Amino acid sequence: MIRLEGVTKEYAPGHAAVDHLTLEAATGEITVLVGPSGCGKTTSLRMINRMIEPTSGHIFIDGQDTAQVPAAKLRRDIGYVIQHAGLFPHRTVLHNVMTVPRLNGWGRARAESRAREVLELVGLPGDFARRYPAQLSGGQQQRVGVARALASDPSVMLMDEPFSAVDPIAREGLQDDILRLQQELGTTIVLVTHDIDEAIKLGHRVAVLRQGGILAQFSSPADLLAHPADDFVADFVGRDRGYRALSFQQADVPVHPEEPVRIGEQLQRRGDQWLLAVDAEGRPQGWVLPAEVAEAAVALEHLHRGGTVSAVDGSLRSLLDAALSSPSGRGVVTRDGVLAGTVRAEEVLSVIQSAPRPDGTSIQGGAGDSDGAAAGVGPQQNEHR
Amino acid sequence: MIATIWAWLSDPTNWSGSGGILAQALEHLRLSGIALLAAALVAVPIGLYVGHTGRGRVVLVNAVSAFRAIPSLGVLFIAALLLLPRLRGDLAFELPSLIVLATLGIPPILSGVYAGIGQVDPAARDAARGMGMTSWQQLWQVEVPCALPLIFSGLRSSMMQIIATATIAAVVGLGGLGRFLIDGQANRAYDEMAGGALLVAALALLIDLVGALLQRFVVSPGLTPATRR
Amino acid sequence: MTALGTDLGEVAGFAAQHAYLAGVPLLLGLLISLPLGWVALRRRWLTPPVIVGTGLLYTIPSLALFVLLPGILGTQILDPINVVVAMTLYTIALLTRTVADGLGSVPDHVRQAATAMGYGPLRRFWAVELPMAVPVISAGLRVAAVSNVSMVSVAALIGVSQLGLLFTDGFSRSAMGPIVVGVLACVLLALLFDLLILTLTRLLTPWLRAART
Repeated sequence: MIRLEGVTKEYAPGHAAVDHLTLEAATGEITVLVGPSGCGKTTSLRMINRMIEPTSGHIFIDGQDTAQVPAAKLRRDIGYVIQHAGLFPHRTVLHNVMTVPRLNGWGRARAESRAREVLELVGLPGDFARRYPAQLSGGQQQRVGVARALASDPSVMLMDEPFSAVDPIAREGLQDDILRLQQELGTTIVLVTHDIDEAIKLGHRVAVLRQGGILAQFSSPADLLAHPADDFVADFVGRDRGYRALSFQQADVPVHPEEPVRIGEQLQRRGDQWLLAVDAEGRPQGWVLPAEVAEAAVALEHLHRGGTVSAVDGSLRSLLDAALSSPSGRGVVTRDGVLAGTVRAEEVLSVIQSAPRPDGTSIQGGAGDSDGAAAGVGPQQNEHR
Repeated sequence: MIATIWAWLSDPTNWSGSGGILAQALEHLRLSGIALLAAALVAVPIGLYVGHTGRGRVVLVNAVSAFRAIPSLGVLFIAALLLLPRLRGDLAFELPSLIVLATLGIPPILSGVYAGIGQVDPAARDAARGMGMTSWQQLWQVEVPCALPLIFSGLRSSMMQIIATATIAAVVGLGGLGRFLIDGQANRAYDEMAGGALLVAALALLIDLVGALLQRFVVSPGLTPATRR
Repeated sequence: MTALGTDLGEVAGFAAQHAYLAGVPLLLGLLISLPLGWVALRRRWLTPPVIVGTGLLYTIPSLALFVLLPGILGTQILDPINVVVAMTLYTIALLTRTVADGLGSVPDHVRQAATAMGYGPLRRFWAVELPMAVPVISAGLRVAAVSNVSMVSVAALIGVSQLGLLFTDGFSRSAMGPIVVGVLACVLLALLFDLLILTLTRLLTPWLRAART
């Protein structure tokens, strides 16, 4: 567990970048620090491994006051990932990843086999080890950055805007990998971002900081969306938070059987009804209108790919989105990638109406006995905003 | 014209002996090597210190550009006039020139080392510190290797400066290929002057080539543009 | 008037000659390196030969070049034209790379915006790329100017008249005075060139001053 106790950082007397911050990042969880620029989130993070020394206050890692540990020694035991990866351009990917184990006095062979292991873990196998950072894409560089931080198997990892400089598609992949890795390894992660969506996706707990390094709210993502503590947090969390909160809700939704057609098949059915096309393994490929196919066999160029696909046990948000985005109005759901059936928007909505919310409230049941009362304005009072 | 130069260059008697081309070329190299070493011993530590700590940056940048304005021939003569009467033996002819050669060789190395350290990616520095490298480890494991391309170009241009000044230093009695230019002029022998000039140019090109090759071996391929995608 | 046993009228004459021998090559070299640098940047396959070739020029020691040029140009060894040609070559050696770097530093989006507005390649070069490259080119020009001034004095060894003659004259008479005066005059001249280029650059790049304030 990482505990910040009344931590203050003043760059000039009277101008606090971080102001009496008290915070606990639980062991084995991802704690996200989020806020607008100038809110002191990066300063707070960098005080944990003493890249910046606090003006006052104490930081404890597993009960040990970090001020009592020599800075270099402290940092070697903490993984550190920064925005532009900061890879060493003169070293190959492999040698970049071997850095911290070598600093910790490991032998060359042991460090190398460990480096290959973590590279595999972040999805950069074999051939990548010999390349130089300049030969990698931004996303790949950041994967190496993560591998380098993981190499000495730290129990704590600090990540400063790790995915901000990466393109949106690579970013999504990296976020998913971090979630998977964190679950596998149980690493305690403190992550800084300015992107509230990233915070909500990655964080077990999210700390929203406001200008001047003051903690505005510290709670679970679902709670943050449902009960913003004040106007600042509500504004920062942004629009659509009712909809986004569905990301954290799961419930059983009626799944209707769907009779698909296979790619390469002659159509037996006619009419203006949308038909779902699947490949040989039964994976959904897209929607097709029989009138557009005419006498030909169903081919990839006939397909409308408008709809999103949700896992059958996916969140209410992804189920609803599958239904709303489908040209036929029938939302495609899969089990292990294979077609399981379709869902209807009105049925998902009625489940949403009645399903219990993660914080114990439900739309039909009113505010209920929400333990988030301290968080202030609930969703009901907030609807006019 | 070209024929007479060629005749001088291809005459074997000009190549052998204590004042011959081979001996003078080696002498030129020896003097330049000593001067480069001395210049590097002074310039590299100062450049590393300023680059790593950022202290004294303004002083260094201004000093380097002021140094460039000083005419090498003038200081060579000043050093010779000041020191020649005070020294005895072989040293008397070499030391004043060597001091000037080394001094003029310092600024290029200094600015190469300093600029090299200064252009290291701040993210790489931050990462090095963040993963627990000591200041010393950051310098030698990250900053110096990344600065090598510019350190090398500093060393190479310092060497060119030294070889050129060593040629001039024949005027104050220093050995080396400059002898042929100066003595040739005194004897009104243009073939000897031009032959010597060609040799000096060839020597400079050769040494720069050796420097370029050395650089290829020493600098990490990750830092050369050809490695990029 | 004299100082340190040196006739200052004579020094002024030498200084004028010196300024001419260092300054004219600066202009000629700049004029030649502009197209060279542009070609080196725009035609990828020409980059290595142009950059390496001009770089090699710089390795040739000045005294050697002063001696060789009469043989190549068919001029007299005392002819100042040798010095002008040699210094022009050195200026090209220094500036070509700088010009290529400077033009390369113009952001791609700016160049594309200019093209989109209908600039042809030549007008785009004069109206957009060159002005934006001025700060980088001017930095290179300052280095070339200062090193030209210092290098021209070497030509005194082959008897070309300029401030360097004070060095040879003083040395032959074992007189420190003229040498010190010569060194000071050289440094002063270099400083003057530097200031001149700096002022011109500031006049040519008013947007940089606007950004600073």
